[in-house]
Amino acid sequence: MSIRIKITSCVGCKRCAEVCPGNLIKIVNNRAVIRREKDCWGCTSCLKECKTGAIEFFLGADIGGKGSVLSVEDKGDLRTWTVKRLDGSSETITVNTKESNKY
Amino acid sequence: MEKLIQVEKINTDILIIGGGTAGCYAAYTFGQNGKHKVLIAEKANIKRSGCLAAGVNAINAYITEGRVPQDYVDYCKKDAKGIVREDLLLSISENLNEVTHKLEENGLVILKDENGKYVTRGNRNIKINGENIKPILARMAEAQENVTVINHVNITDLMVKDNKVFGAVGFDVNSQKAYVIIAKAVLIATGGAAGLYRPNNPGFSRHKMWYPPFNTGAGYAMGINAGAEMTTLEMRFIALRCKDTIAPTGTIAQGVRAKQMNGKGEIYETKYGVATCERVYGTTEENRLGNGPCYLKTDEISKEQEDELYKAYLNMAPSQTLKWLEGGQGPAEQNVEIEGTEPYIVGGHTASGFWVDNKRATTVKGLYAAGDVAGGAPQKYVTGALVEGKLAALGIEEFLAEGQEAYSDDSWETIVSQYEKFLNNEEENITIEQLEESMQKIMDEYAGGITKAYQFNETGLNLAKEKITGLFEVLETLRAHDTDGLLQIYEIKERLTVCLSLIEHLKARKETRWHSFAENKNYPDEDKNFEIYVNSIKEDNQIKIIKRPLVVDDYKPLIFAFEGNKLVDAGGEV
Repeated sequence: MSIRIKITSCVGCKRCAEVCPGNLIKIVNNRAVIRREKDCWGCTSCLKECKTGAIEFFLGADIGGKGSVLSVEDKGDLRTWTVKRLDGSSETITVNTKESNKY
Repeated sequence: MEKLIQVEKINTDILIIGGGTAGCYAAYTFGQNGKHKVLIAEKANIKRSGCLAAGVNAINAYITEGRVPQDYVDYCKKDAKGIVREDLLLSISENLNEVTHKLEENGLVILKDENGKYVTRGNRNIKINGENIKPILARMAEAQENVTVINHVNITDLMVKDNKVFGAVGFDVNSQKAYVIIAKAVLIATGGAAGLYRPNNPGFSRHKMWYPPFNTGAGYAMGINAGAEMTTLEMRFIALRCKDTIAPTGTIAQGVRAKQMNGKGEIYETKYGVATCERVYGTTEENRLGNGPCYLKTDEISKEQEDELYKAYLNMAPSQTLKWLEGGQGPAEQNVEIEGTEPYIVGGHTASGFWVDNKRATTVKGLYAAGDVAGGAPQKYVTGALVEGKLAALGIEEFLAEGQEAYSDDSWETIVSQYEKFLNNEEENITIEQLEESMQKIMDEYAGGITKAYQFNETGLNLAKEKITGLFEVLETLRAHDTDGLLQIYEIKERLTVCLSLIEHLKARKETRWHSFAENKNYPDEDKNFEIYVNSIKEDNQIKIIKRPLVVDDYKPLIFAFEGNKLVDAGGEV
């Protein structure tokens, strides 16, 4: 369970470092870096803060991860989550943030 | 070169330690009166700190139409087999709906039917989109003119003189700076304790746990060290969760009515009882008897229901949706495997925590507690923690109205020199990570962790005490490379402190009232003599057990009495 920060997309804005509930992200040479990837809780707060889509989320192999990544993009009230698999296939789910869960 | 810490002193009327659920709502409440200067010290950032970082699946404590607050008290009492504070529960129940409506006014999305009424999920629950509940609460706190927030400051010690609190000391987790905060009253709202026991996924995903891994029992530890009384720590909480991702099961169990099923295809849903602890116990027993793995039977749900589950999980535990999509099989095709988590200490779900009175005052004068850190009132969930924030704030306003003088001395110097010691220790063989693993292994093996099916006995507990005590010596030798390292050291120190108190509590309740939560193999049955609270205080570096009679039925609020700063009544002794 952890995140990967794409150094080419990160602009060093610090928003992720600011909100991480575990203080796990620091800024080194104007880019975000995760201090200890094993300590990530998986809350995805950093993904939601990132304005350049530089952060992706993945499951460790010990809990069934196979290398897919989850990313998120907001447009108005719509939040689109994308799962990209290693074979290149992907799926998206859009959630209206103004709508309640059905369950 | 020796690393030194710069010190900043701050004066405030009220210090709130921890800007999570209870802390933010307390700050919001102080803002309604606006009279006092309030400071929140938060070790992360209040926007996403505490239990609500990823969101929450439902409001699980709400008085639905046709029900009354007493119903909620009765439910909690039954679920906890009688060991609750009915006065605390009633005061929570009476305010649950008000705090829910305040959240809705501030932007929380709650599902309504065509008549504008909340849609319920079971007897006490309503359906929401809880993804942004923490940013909403943070805004409510920050909007108050008399409230200041300092993020990324980790408070480690309370300053107490003659049983009265006068402030706290902490450090900036990102720079070599200490804060000495002088306050007339302190509200502790630091949450419960995770990471005491070896977790479900001890390897790469060690922090993929139910409770926030960053809630490490700081409040309990500060209270214990300041001589505050704790209650019912032995009522551990173990959550029944989706295997691996440790995501909630309630959304599936209540949402699509999936039943608990063992590996032989037998439904064991009610075989072991339906109390919270018994649902965990049932799954644990089925596994222990060789009938595992255990599941929630979801393979009969429709594709539409599956799609809704994907969305619901993205709003609170995205890893579960990722696991379903990544594996190529969703819950409509494959039953969801379930397991119990490692034991946590958390007063929002069980009765563990500070022994507080009805105004949420602790046994240390001027020190209040709310939310997961406060004991006596299980099944608080989010809304109960909000209520406790409110009630503690009102209690503090009353306390300050009596006229409190600020006091300060130089006792903070010892605490700051402790920080400097860790920063200047030589590098040794034992690392922070090793010490954490050692603590978790000891607790797992001798104090009823996952690998022992949550069972323990006195011989094992005595060994746990001896071994955990030994780790304190190793702790003193750890080196912090920076204040982030210092944070990690203090997070272990806090947990070791909680472990020692927990062990004494587990030993003291010589019965098994709650399966799995406190499965004492020396005393496998319930015992009427233990219809009491098991409380404790630390005196002369020893944990002393105090047994107190139950506060029952008439809901008469328990209010502590002090003569000067000395506690003279906190509920009688057995």
